[in-house]
Amino acid sequence: MEPYQGVDYMDLDTLLTEEERMIRDTTREWVSARVIPIIEEHYRAGTFPDELIPEMAEMGLLGANLDGYGCAGLGAVAYGLIMQELERGDSGLRSFVSVQGALCMWPIHTYGSEEQKQKWLPGMANGTKIGCFGLTEPDFGSNPTGMITRAEDKGDHYLLNGAKMWITNGCISDVAIVWAKLDGRVMGFLVEKGTPGFSTRRQGHKMSLRASVTSELILQDVKIPKENLLPGTESIHMKGPLSCLTQARYGIAWGAIGAGMACYDEALSYGKERIQFGRPIAQFQLFQRKLAEMITEITKGFLLNLQVGRLKEQGKAHPSHVSMAKRNGCYWGLWIAREARDMLGANGITDEYVVMRHMCNLESVKTYEGTHDIHTLIIGHRVTGLPAFEG
Amino acid sequence: MKIAVCVVVAPSTDTKVKIGADGKTIDMSDVKLELNAYDEFAIEEALRLKESTGDGEVVLFSVGSPATIKEEIRKGLARGADRAVILDTDTTQLDSSAVAALLTGEIKAFEPEIIFMGKQSVDYDSAQVPSQVAAAMGWPVVTKVSSLAIEGGAFRAEREIEGGVEVVEGTLPAVISAEKGLNEPRYPSLKGIMAAKKKPMEEKAAEAPAPVLVIDCLELPPPRPEGKIVGEGPEAAAKVVELLRNEAKVI
Ligand SMILES: Cc1cc2nc3c(=O)[nH]c(=O)nc-3n(C[C@H](O)[C@H](O)[C@H](O)COP(=O)(O)OP(=O)(O)OC[C@H]3O[C@@H](n4cnc5c(N)ncnc54)[C@H](O)[C@@H]3O)c2cc1C
Repeated sequence: MEPYQGVDYMDLDTLLTEEERMIRDTTREWVSARVIPIIEEHYRAGTFPDELIPEMAEMGLLGANLDGYGCAGLGAVAYGLIMQELERGDSGLRSFVSVQGALCMWPIHTYGSEEQKQKWLPGMANGTKIGCFGLTEPDFGSNPTGMITRAEDKGDHYLLNGAKMWITNGCISDVAIVWAKLDGRVMGFLVEKGTPGFSTRRQGHKMSLRASVTSELILQDVKIPKENLLPGTESIHMKGPLSCLTQARYGIAWGAIGAGMACYDEALSYGKERIQFGRPIAQFQLFQRKLAEMITEITKGFLLNLQVGRLKEQGKAHPSHVSMAKRNGCYWGLWIAREARDMLGANGITDEYVVMRHMCNLESVKTYEGTHDIHTLIIGHRVTGLPAFEG
Repeated sequence: MKIAVCVVVAPSTDTKVKIGADGKTIDMSDVKLELNAYDEFAIEEALRLKESTGDGEVVLFSVGSPATIKEEIRKGLARGADRAVILDTDTTQLDSSAVAALLTGEIKAFEPEIIFMGKQSVDYDSAQVPSQVAAAMGWPVVTKVSSLAIEGGAFRAEREIEGGVEVVEGTLPAVISAEKGLNEPRYPSLKGIMAAKKKPMEEKAAEAPAPVLVIDCLELPPPRPEGKIVGEGPEAAAKVVELLRNEAKVI
């Protein structure tokens, strides 16, 4: 079989720099050689391929867009292309990299003290330290502002109590960024593995994102030293966690289109080979219409992601721009995966093909980091000036 | 240690080759170019040698048109080579001897202690350049090396031969051509890719000597005849044996 060559309908590559293309191609080749051969087995077993962490770190994929502390310092588009290619492999792998880089390293880099940066960033970049991001709670998902988790100032330490749920990388983390309310204001705290009172529990029985670790975090009278508060989050309340989400959502937008590309690619090659009624099914008009719609949405999605990326590079991206790209990428990525699943007939439900795995994965991707509907409301707020979610 | 690596940019290995209108050249219009697969092993071996000796320089040498090959050559720099020299010449008439002459002329000035290359380039598969460069340098050559150890100016190379392994020992300088499996080439790191932009890539106009071999014509192999189904299950076995014996004449 020909190696995966990417999906580029109209010379979109000419919109990228040579360096961006090389970074994309390198990630793509690595995914083809190292991820594709093993991912199905991990998905079946419900395990994360942690054997890939050192290789990703070696290449510089963790926190790739950050400067210093062992990070590669890439531009937003190059970073996005990495996410696109990783998720072409599997959403679980991209989720790991998003959480590590955008939800943990980014806030430490942006809101941390110099000591916190020195302590965590080099190890997180080289993959020896893993992070997780604890915002969602059992009773507060789309509305994290309502969170119950509390921090109390006890003079020489903080005392944390509460529970977090649906936390990617939770059980495998060396440090959790836990968002908690101190006197009613949300702040970020670094909670280290092994701190008394802090425990994690794996959430099982997922039918989506199976090659990713999802956990509960339980905090019972957890004493953490004063220096573990992220100082930059002390007075910005929800802007702290939301700004992290903006970083991660940007990568998700690219990733979801990458998963869509994988599904399109598989549906196309399947359609050219599968013969029914004496000809390849790709020759039928209905089949071609699906392919035409898929490739159109991939092309549009790519262009949207690219524009948000370029705005980000100029410091001009607004969170609502990222919302549009995240919402669009997930919606069409999932739509493409569902169509592709259908186009492969019965084969489409087996795990010998990638379409159903991507389809199931994208259900999570569409939900986490702000559901489709929540991003609709963010865009609605931006265009009307009227917030739908605030009474 | 100064290490030279000769690399060529060739059609990617999954290209479906089409012959050009002149019947003598490959139609390059829809062909995706890649760093020759065997050269990746050569580059990797050079980088490992440099890393193990702790200092030195790895320089890539390539013959071709900069506009078409630059981006691929830069991938070698991204992996860790220090700089590259592209000998800019019209490649349509080049044969192995002309390539070897161009490379040797340039490499001599660099004065390396060892020259690595892939065992062959995956376009015309002549596998002539390593030996011809070695001859022009007056150096020994070991071709199709699948394992290499170098210590204190001496080398020990293994080559896979029919039914066994041949071990060749010698002293540097030498030319080594790489077989698949000599090592596992690394992926370029993001930092390597970013650094590659700043590494020198010299383009030198070069006059190729006249070729000694001229391609007269190229032909694709005839399409494979369709297979035939002679039956199903155990009953078909006898018929298959008979056909293998009498028609295919292979048993
Ligand atoms: C696999 C996976 C990994 C995750 N990883 C993490 C992680 O690492 N860290 C973390 O903090 N969280 C994580 N999450 C949690 C995720 O971000 C939340 O699930 C998500 O924000 C939605 O919250 P919820 O599940 O509570 O749904 P709810 O908020 O209960 O939403 C249910 C439905 O109601 C809709 N809805 C809610 N409010 C409104 C409204 N105002 N108007 C219209 N519709 C509305 C939603 O769109 C949705 O369709 C993960 C989730 C999954 C599935």
